[in-house]
Parts: sequence; C-alpha cells; structure tokens
Amino acid sequence: MKMRKIKDLTLRGLTWLCAGVTAAMLLFLLAYILLKGVPHIKPSLFALHYNSENVSLFPALVITVLTVALSLLIAVPLGVFAAVYLAEYAKRGSRFVRLVRTTAETLAGIPSILYGLFGSLFFVAWLGWGYSLLAGSCTLAIMILPLVMRTTEESLKAVPDSYREGAFGLGAGKLRTVFRIILPAAAPGILAGIILAIGRIVGETAALIYTLGNTADVDPSRGLFTSGRTLSMHMYSLANNALYTDQAYATAVVLLVVVIGINALSAFLAKKIVKR
Amino acid sequence: MISGITVKNRSVREPVMRWVFTVSALTAVLAVGLICVFLFAGGFPAIGKIGVLKFLTGTVWKPTYDDFGILPMIVGSLYVTAGAILLGVPVGIFAAVFMAKVCPKPLYGFMKPALDLLAGIPSVVYGFFGIVVLVPFVRNTFGGDGSSMVTASLLLGIMILPTVIGITESALRAVPDELYEGAVALGASHERAVFGVVLPAAKSGVMAAVVLGVGRAIGETMAVKMVAGNQTVLRAPDEFLKGVRTLTANVVLEMGYAEGLHREALIATGVVLFVFILLINLLFSALKKERTE
Amino acid sequence: MGKFTLCDVELWYNDFKALKNVTMDIGANEITAFIGPSGCGKSTLLKSLNRMNDLVEGCKITGKLLLDGEDIYGGIDVNLLRKRVGMVFQKPNPFPMSVYDNIAFGPRTHGVKSRYRLDEIVEKSLRDAAIWDECNGRLKKSALSLSGGQQQRLCIARALSVEPDVLLMDEPTSALDPISTSKIEDLLAELKKRYTVVIVTHNMQQATRISDRTAFFLLGEMVEYGDTEQIFSLPRDKRTEDYITGRFG
Repeated sequence: MKMRKIKDLTLRGLTWLCAGVTAAMLLFLLAYILLKGVPHIKPSLFALHYNSENVSLFPALVITVLTVALSLLIAVPLGVFAAVYLAEYAKRGSRFVRLVRTTAETLAGIPSILYGLFGSLFFVAWLGWGYSLLAGSCTLAIMILPLVMRTTEESLKAVPDSYREGAFGLGAGKLRTVFRIILPAAAPGILAGIILAIGRIVGETAALIYTLGNTADVDPSRGLFTSGRTLSMHMYSLANNALYTDQAYATAVVLLVVVIGINALSAFLAKKIVKR
Repeated sequence: MISGITVKNRSVREPVMRWVFTVSALTAVLAVGLICVFLFAGGFPAIGKIGVLKFLTGTVWKPTYDDFGILPMIVGSLYVTAGAILLGVPVGIFAAVFMAKVCPKPLYGFMKPALDLLAGIPSVVYGFFGIVVLVPFVRNTFGGDGSSMVTASLLLGIMILPTVIGITESALRAVPDELYEGAVALGASHERAVFGVVLPAAKSGVMAAVVLGVGRAIGETMAVKMVAGNQTVLRAPDEFLKGVRTLTANVVLEMGYAEGLHREALIATGVVLFVFILLINLLFSALKKERTE
Repeated sequence: MGKFTLCDVELWYNDFKALKNVTMDIGANEITAFIGPSGCGKSTLLKSLNRMNDLVEGCKITGKLLLDGEDIYGGIDVNLLRKRVGMVFQKPNPFPMSVYDNIAFGPRTHGVKSRYRLDEIVEKSLRDAAIWDECNGRLKKSALSLSGGQQQRLCIARALSVEPDVLLMDEPTSALDPISTSKIEDLLAELKKRYTVVIVTHNMQQATRISDRTAFFLLGEMVEYGDTEQIFSLPRDKRTEDYITGRFG
C-alpha cells in the first residue's frame, strides 16, 4: 500500500513538473528576449528606409501589413464561401464533400517550406510574377485557406438550427438567411479564425523566402510586384548575421509583441463566443 | 409589381451564389492538385536522371560534382524528429494530464494562454533563441560546436509541445467521466484512475497527437536550419553532438542559387518530404476515424 | 447492529440541502432498496456510503455514517473504503480494455501482481456474476464488444473482484432490457448470501421482488423505512402510499 502511495505521488509530481517545465520554458524565452532586446529598441530602428546603418524594420513592418491584408483578401472570401457550401448547401457525406474535406486536411498538414517551393515554381516562375508581394501573398493565401475554412465551418455549425427555421419561416430565401442571419451569428468565430490566420502569416518565413524574395527595402513604384520581406524574414536575416545581434533581439521583441497582441485578441474573442 | 421584381432577382441570385460557393469549395481541391502537379513534375525528372536508388540511398551530396544523394538528409530528418518526439512527447503527455486532470482552476487560466502563446511564437524566434541560448548551452555542457542533432531535437521538442499537449488534453477530456468514477469506486486513487483507465482510454487521441507532432517536427524548417549545423554527412545515431542537415533545410539552404539539375534535385528533395507528409496525414486520418467510431 | 449505521446525516451541494436528517440502520446480508421520485436524494445517499460524493465540488456532509462501527468520514483511507464498499453504476461503464483487464484492474490496484492469482480472481468474479460461461474463451476481447446486459454483469464482476463486503447499485438495470434485468435480479438473490446490497431503483416491482427492506425518500427526507412487505402493503405514511399507488412521481 505504501508503494502505491509513493507511485501516486511520483506520478502527480511528474505532471506538475512537466507542466512547470513547459511554462518555465515560455517564461524564460520571453524574459530572455525582452531583457536583451528592449534596451536596443531605438527610434532609428523604425526609420522610413532601411540601410545597413540603422537596420530599420519599418519596411518589413509595412510589407508584413501588406502581406497580411493581401493574403486575407484572397483567402477569407474563398474560405468562408467554401465553408458556407460545406455547412449550408452540400449534402452531408456526399463524395464531393468528402473530397473537399480530405484535400483541406491535406493542405493543413503540408509544411510551409513545401508551400514556398510550390509558390516559387508556380507563381514566381510559371506565371512569371517574380519574387513579389503578389506571389508571396498568393502562396500564403493557399496556406491559410484550410484554417479559415475549418474555423468558419465550425462556427456555422454552432449556429442553432432555430435561427435557420426562423428565417425560412418568415419566407426568407436560403441566400438571405445565410448572409443576414447565419454569417452574422457566426461572425465572432470566423473572426477568431482569421486572427489565428494572421498569426500564422506574421510568423511565416519558409514559405516566403522564395516567393516574396528577401530584400531589405521596398520599391513602391513596382506595386504588387515589389519584393520585400516581412518582419519574421527580417528577423531571420538579422539572426544569421553576427553583426546585428542587438538589432535581432530588438526585432524579436517587436515580433513577440505583435504575436502576443494577436493571441490576446483571439483569446478575447473566444471568451466572447463562450459568453453568448 | 415591385415584389415581382425582387422575386425574379432572387431567383437569379440564388443559383449564381450557389455556384460561387461550390467553386470556392473547389479551390482546396484545385490547390492540392496544383501542388502535386508542380512538385512532382518539377522533381520527377531529376529523380529519373539521377536514378531513384542513387538519389534516395546515395550518401554524397556535392552539387558541384553532380552528386545528389539525399540519404544523409532523410536520416537527418528522421534523427531530429525522433529526438524531438523522445523529448517532447513524454513531457507533453504528462503536461496534458496536468491540464486536464490535475491543474487547479486559477492556474489553468494562466496555463492555457501560455500554451497558446507557445504555439504562436514564430519559428524564427525559436531559431534565434536556439542560436543564442541552446547552442552555447549544448556546447558548454556536452562539448562539440553546439549546432547539432541534439540541439535541433531539443528545440523541436519544445516547439511540438503545444501541439502534443493540446490534442492529448482534448482527448483526455473526451473520455466519459463514468470510466474515471468506475475506477475510483474500485478503490483506485486519483492517479491510478487517470493513468490506469482514462489515459489508456484516450490512447488513439494520444497517438494522433504524436503523429501530428511528427508532422510538425519533420516539416519545420527555419528553426532547425538555424541550430542543426547542416552538414551533409551521413551520421550514426551516437554522433548526436555533430551537425546534421534535414530535408527541409536542404531546400531552404540551396534553393536561392541552384540551377539546372541541382534545382530539380532540390525540388525532388521536397517531393520526398511531401511523400513523408502524405503518409503521416494518412496515418492521422486513420487514427481520427478510429476515434470517432 | 447493522452493517451501516446512519445518524442525523445531512448533505449540502453548496447551498442546496439534498439530504435532511437521515437516521437508519442497514442490515448485513440483506438487500435494502432506496425508492422515491427523481431528485429525492436516494442516489445522493447511496454515493455517501462509499464517499463518491467527494468527487462533487461543493458537497458537504454532516452527521454520523458508520460502517461496521467505523466512521466513514473519519480518518479512514478512502481508497480502502471503496474497496470494501463496491459500486455498480446506472449505465454499464466497462473500461475500454479486454474483459480480463477490466476485472484485473481492481486487484492490480490493490497490489495483486501474481498472474496465477489474477487468473483465479478473474474466473471467480466472472462466475459469481454469472457471466463466466458467456465470457470464457473471449477474455482477451474488448469489453466493449459485449452486449449491454453482459457489460453490466461484467461491471458487477469487476466490483466483486476486490472482495467487497457491500455492493452499492445505482439503478443497475434501468438501461437494460427485461431479460437482462431478470438475469441481474436472479444474480442479486444469489449475491445477498455473501454481500450486503444497497440498491437504488425507480422500479417498484423490482424493489418488491428483490429487497428485504425498503426506504422511501421524498425531497431529501427519508419518509419511511421498514420491511419491504410492510411498506408496500401497509404504508404508515400517506406520502408513501401516494407514491407506491402511483399518485405522483
């Protein structure tokens, strides 16, 4: 009986230990980068143009925002419409639905480097777009498509059937019901999915190096065909360059702040959904 | 008359939008199709020219001499992934048990966002953390130059934790309470009930977590590339303090300047990785099916 | 003196008083039935007897509950208490393991390691629960492949495997078909010779068929407690009479 008690205590101790190690790892990483990075955050880091003197992250910040906007512009309508089809129109379990589900799951499992490889073969080379904002954003749009589809479909399914019955009962058509009743009711869930997608885009590097290019500055005259680099790619370049370690820490801080902000926003939305 | 017009409009709009929705749903299929076509079409010629066996089992990768053997990279990916699983999965399972069955409520409110954040940190930040903390740590404690198999495994082990914990936790929560109560009613302690009954009952969920962890580890690129050393040498398992190159790192390192057969060989490297991933996906959906049945 | 002695037992779920002033003796080697409408507290009282209520957050209990003269809520080891007081649940809850491992789980929990001894216990428990003939030869099969009635008898066998003195049964046949139910009722008559059985049931015919003594509960109060025959033929309390004649509940 005593052995049993010792074994129980050991197991319980191990669960605390492993959870503790996980949390400690996060705290250590955050503290380490914040402590080392915050002192190196200077106004010059946010200069309008990049040069090897100021190592400005501002162009990267602009490109990040543009990439996020452009990717969402492509992926959100496609993903939401596809989810509407799956949740509201398709016959449950039909062969087409199964095909869409399987392919979406496959997409979700493909690592980002393969997206990058595909993007550079298809958008950059075959379509002849070159390393560009457009090629990078299209690549990322495909990458986040399954995420948007899945979260939207789940939110649509969570909308109670009584809403649909109510709308149909008033003589509203299917389309009107979808756009006026179901999508608004599912909006917070869809938004939470979009925010997750933003997080993935902001953190992405491997899919972008050979699609967006990796240039430090932007050429606004080339519009959608300018190459550039997002904050994560900027960070990657600095981290590999021993000259810029301080700036790398500072950039890491900015990146972490952005990610924490995104997480907080999605947690806030999730809480709101639960409350309803 | 006005109502007549709207009815007419609606009757046009409905089928049009239905068509739009259907086409949107098709994009996922189209995307997978295009990815397959472009990767396979880009990679297969190289495999043909080099020879399947020579490509997959060749131990020398020297593009300048047209030596394209990717066995060191296949083995490198497997080592690093296995190491990550070995480190990450036990920790992840215990931590998941903590989250689902042990954690006091107030602490949960801290742990859950912490895990979400751990999942959201970009891989370059992990990689940078690896360079400035883990590499010196491994160099100073175990010797070698620090950029090594074990460093990459350690970093990946941390990176897969949120995946493993998240899926295992929800699998544990999906186990009906009656099983726990049944065990406790036989005089089993909380720990015995959880580890003896609830965890085994969640077995397929835990397996799914491991498989997904494998998928993440084998596909991770930037963080691994930053700490693994990237030598294209075939390593034995006991050379864990030496550097390895993974399939992913091979692509990202050389794609920028490769041309001709070299470039095709890199695409073929991607194809090999893709096949691995497809197998993992297959395994994952098989496990999911078992769970829902 | 009975197997259980309860004196002024009161129980709260947070602010809700679920049991009021229960005082009773439960006799050894008898079947005692708890009856009453849903929410009357009969299951709650049953679960207090092996402290399964400990798992419910905000549950407080006062008064005296003695098992063989020993205070259940005193310094007793809960896990040993539950070994002595086994429980069978409303819905069969076999573990998702083999038949054999289901039965062996209890003894293993309490430190039995020898393969030979475990084989013995498994066979004996399954025989005692009258399911050996149906399970012999498929001990390695998943317990989930059994039918509902078989699963419930398996759960009874599992409860017997740790050699308890008492069996608590919480509506053990409510999820079963009539044939399985009658098999379990026959089994209970057999088990009574060696165990003390306390059963919660919604089914009054079942109570008259199998129990020696019956307690009727209403709104957390034990209204009447006595010999089953007397309760069902000559209830002393008007509320008991109303309930057994089907006027409410």
